Amino acid sequence: MQPEEVDAARDAALAAIAAASDLEDLKRVRTEHAGDRSPLALANREIGALPPQARKEAGQRVGQARGAVNQALAARQEVLEAEHEERILVEETVDVTLPTDRRPAGARHPITTGSELIADIFVAMGWEVAEGPVIEAEWLNFDALNLGADHPARTMQDTFWTAPEGSGVVLRTHTSPVQARTMLTRTPPIYVVCPGRVFRTDEYDATHSPMFHQVEGLAIDEGISMAHLKGTLDHFATQLFGEGITTRFRPSYFPFTEPSAEVDLRCFVCKGVDAASCRTCRGEGWIEWGGCGVVNPRVLTACGVDPERYTGFAFGMGIDRTLMFRHGLSDLRALFEGDIRFTTAFGSEL
Amino acid sequence: MKAPLSWIRDYVDLPATVTTEQLTDRLTDLGLKLEAIHSAADGITGPLVVGKVLTMEPEPQKNGKTINWCTVDVGDANGTGEPQGIVCGAHNFAPGDLVVVILPGGVLPGNFEISARKTYGHLSSGMICSARELGLGDDHDGIIVLPADAGQPGTDAFGVLGLDEEVIEFEINPDRAYGLSLRGVAREAALAFDGTYRDPALRSTPAANGEGYEVVVDDPAGCPVFVARTVTGFDPSATTPAWLAERITHAGMRPISLAVDITNYVMLETGRPIHGYDLDKLQGPIRVRRAAEGEQMTTLDGAKRVLSPEDLVVTDDSGIIGLGGVMGGETTEMSATTTNVLVEAAHWDAVSMFRTGKRHKISSEAGKRNERGVDPTICEAAADRVVELLVELGGGTAQPGVTVVGTPPASPQVRIGYDLPARVSGIDIDSETVVAHLQAIGATVDADADGVTVTPPPWRPDITDPFDLVEEVVRIVGYDQVPSVLPREAAGRGLTRNQHLRRRIGRTLAGAGCVEVVSFPFVGAATFDGLGLPADDARRHTVPLANPLSAEEPAFTTTLLPGVLKAAGRNVGRGAPGVALFETATVAFPVDRGPAPIYGVDRRPDPAELDKLIEALPLQPLHLAVVLAGERERGGWWGAGRDAGWADAIEIVRILATELGVAIETSQTQLMPWHPGRCASFSVAGVQLGHAGELHPQVCAHYGLPARSAAVEIDLDVLMAHATAVTPGPAFSSLPVAKEDVALVVAHDVPSSTVEAALREGAGDLLESVRLFDVYTGEQVGEGKKSLAFALRFRAPDRTLTEAETSAARDAAVARAAEVAGAVQR
Repeated sequence: MQPEEVDAARDAALAAIAAASDLEDLKRVRTEHAGDRSPLALANREIGALPPQARKEAGQRVGQARGAVNQALAARQEVLEAEHEERILVEETVDVTLPTDRRPAGARHPITTGSELIADIFVAMGWEVAEGPVIEAEWLNFDALNLGADHPARTMQDTFWTAPEGSGVVLRTHTSPVQARTMLTRTPPIYVVCPGRVFRTDEYDATHSPMFHQVEGLAIDEGISMAHLKGTLDHFATQLFGEGITTRFRPSYFPFTEPSAEVDLRCFVCKGVDAASCRTCRGEGWIEWGGCGVVNPRVLTACGVDPERYTGFAFGMGIDRTLMFRHGLSDLRALFEGDIRFTTAFGSEL
Repeated sequence: MKAPLSWIRDYVDLPATVTTEQLTDRLTDLGLKLEAIHSAADGITGPLVVGKVLTMEPEPQKNGKTINWCTVDVGDANGTGEPQGIVCGAHNFAPGDLVVVILPGGVLPGNFEISARKTYGHLSSGMICSARELGLGDDHDGIIVLPADAGQPGTDAFGVLGLDEEVIEFEINPDRAYGLSLRGVAREAALAFDGTYRDPALRSTPAANGEGYEVVVDDPAGCPVFVARTVTGFDPSATTPAWLAERITHAGMRPISLAVDITNYVMLETGRPIHGYDLDKLQGPIRVRRAAEGEQMTTLDGAKRVLSPEDLVVTDDSGIIGLGGVMGGETTEMSATTTNVLVEAAHWDAVSMFRTGKRHKISSEAGKRNERGVDPTICEAAADRVVELLVELGGGTAQPGVTVVGTPPASPQVRIGYDLPARVSGIDIDSETVVAHLQAIGATVDADADGVTVTPPPWRPDITDPFDLVEEVVRIVGYDQVPSVLPREAAGRGLTRNQHLRRRIGRTLAGAGCVEVVSFPFVGAATFDGLGLPADDARRHTVPLANPLSAEEPAFTTTLLPGVLKAAGRNVGRGAPGVALFETATVAFPVDRGPAPIYGVDRRPDPAELDKLIEALPLQPLHLAVVLAGERERGGWWGAGRDAGWADAIEIVRILATELGVAIETSQTQLMPWHPGRCASFSVAGVQLGHAGELHPQVCAHYGLPARSAAVEIDLDVLMAHATAVTPGPAFSSLPVAKEDVALVVAHDVPSSTVEAALREGAGDLLESVRLFDVYTGEQVGEGKKSLAFALRFRAPDRTLTEAETSAARDAAVARAAEVAGAVQR
């Protein structure tokens, strides 16, 4: 083969490689221009028949030509393979907006997660979470808390009694018996918070329920005063409702505390500014939140805490009610209906 | 307590600039909580004016009624000055009388809009009003006829009728019973604004003498003071003056008759309940004693009462004539013909009042005050005030006889150190402030170097303890002065193990697609019938309630299933295609150990006493219930969905057990409300854990759930008690695994768990895992048999297993299965 023929065969091969549009095409080009029967392969075979002085030159030329072709083939192969892979990925495109709700989501109840959120605020202050049974001894629910049998305030809490009459056992009307149990079984300092179910014989409506949830707190230590109560509730309010949301006290009456106070929460929606148009606090600037006070020394005595050495404070508020205004719920019954559309909205942490 | 503002101002001089809001704010700060401010004119919109009847023409109607066609001078109120033509159905007035007219455009309570309308052949332009139409009481015998000096025609009638009155409604706490009187409210108002106070109970009264009606008190502890006065010649036809009727109406009581209204007026004024007897119906001396068991009487509400020896009664020679301090009797009640009145003002033991009121379910204005505690020193003053009004308004004659039996009990003295209010409140309060504020509430204060010895005022029986005095001082200093200080940081131990585990259980269940619900725990026989429980099922043995809200659900539940099933049915009813719910709560099983003791409160109960208290309570384990109904996985573009079934319920238990590291044993059982062939029983270390499986078809139908719905109920206390405390780090080999599949044919009733356990046992230590991957029944394995296909994985910690080793282990496993379960390899 003449040198110019080798060059021509090489150029033809390179042109064909460059023109190969896919891997299939390239395979054909490879057979045609680099295969055993390709012009350059034939030329290579001819070299042996050439005179020795011509053999070297021809060998070099054909070798270079074949090298160039193989290199081009490899390069093209790589390019076409990459293109091929890319095309497959493109072809595999799906509609990612298709619904993917194969497994319906679960959720925990906001009363549970709300109770945990509250508990965690106190646990972060070094408090502990105390618990007790919902069917409770009358003595712990009432007497130990300075609510003797003839105390008019007993009628303030409409109580479910277990039969027969005189059983001495009630469905607890507040979580306060847990405080009594804590004082009876531990020695101060005591810092506990008690969330839980409580019962009153209230007819069921948008704002009342025979079963609801309370959280109470109890601190017994040396030198405890109302100032510590205020500090604790302010901190609690801020953690639950945001910066600047504090509390105020109004005189009230609870047998287990003296002095006693109602605690109001600064409205976290209007913050007391432009309260007149606020639907959350109905123009008050404050929201009634719960009751609190200094633990009555009579309660300390009944529960075995030395009232000369220790003072304490206690507070309590409704978890359901707190959730209602925190989340803008208008009907308490939504909490107890069990409609999954309600509960799933809250996820598994509050 | 509803207190008309003008009545408060009768006893206290308040600065003219004080608004009602300022007054109620300060009183709320002092502990008399504002409930609402009412206007007496609530629901009435003018024009409401004084009218003078010019003419009235009676016109008999076909329906037998006679109406009056009137012309009424309403001044310029109608814009024309012309007389107003009005049809009126009442007859208790005459031309020249002043009446109350509401003109067209006005609105009466009940959103009753007044317009000019044609009636009985006339155009009636307005209405002549009765007291009831204006919300001023029940008197509907006729229209209101105003006194001749009430005002010129056209005068705005709101002021004339006292409708411009503001009425403050307070919520009175049990410790502030003195706030159930104008006397008490005014005292607090005086305290709030440092105003001059005039005590309506401070009056000179005639001394007791021997000429009064004879009264014998057999139980001075129950009735320490009994004052009796008599008024004769009272005019029973005398009507209650408008001002008095308005005041007691505004205060929330109904005018009845002059004599009764006067006793109520004085009760509202002083806080001291008064009882009036028809003197002519009394026979012989009045006696106060405790009732005998089973004695009977009829109270003036017509109710027959069977009495207890704890009830205090008032008697005369005829027998029982009153339930002392709570309610009078029928036989000596004042009536429309009473002319001679015996006035009783007595002080009663508050506890006795509370018990009697509770026992007989009587809630009266008198009882409410007597059971909270009334000033015992004002019986004479209150009786004298009643006598004064009976004479003044009813034309009676006060008889000179004055009976006073007993003396008021003294208030107990209470001592505090000067530092106590500051220590308890955290506010800097000096000794002068302590003394001044205690004096301000009316206490007698004996101050010395260290503190004060205080005699509380007689209207404050609630003040018995040092901390009661602290509250009095602090409320006057102001609760807004309490600083906000965090207590020292406690070294807490964080959540308990069970608290952590409960959170973990809840999150695991939510992760498994279950939604938590909170249900009421009340159940009844019908609830258990709905679950199909047999008559002797232990779950029917409940803790009964003495006063359930519903007779159908009179007990505390032993199972959480009714709650979750009901909620699931509700969701299905609302169109949910699938629902997975869970609830964790305590249930209750009675222990039947008799009543829980009631101890004293002067000391801590000893440990044995406490144990006795706790042991009397029902067992209250924490349960978990789950219901899975309808779609467990949804259908969609990926393919068909899948409904929940028995296996999903069992899987929930397995997921929880795995999460908590508890090894549970599963066995076949039969228990309602589950399908008799599809119920698993679980136990942990031999302790019963609970059940899961498919619900009985009848139960699904009862709760409106789709067929094959499944449920779980387990005892979480048992599960948590066996939770792995500290998980040991697992060791595993990274050498190649050897897999062997075996298919074993066994009788259809051999549990797969038995076969699996045998394989494990037989395979020995080289076995890494065994998993059943297929169950086959059919011709190929024969009648009454099933084929179970297991995948066995073998691996050694230190070497690659040879084929021979693996085969030997597999053969040993199969051999053990053959031995234990009669398994034959296919």
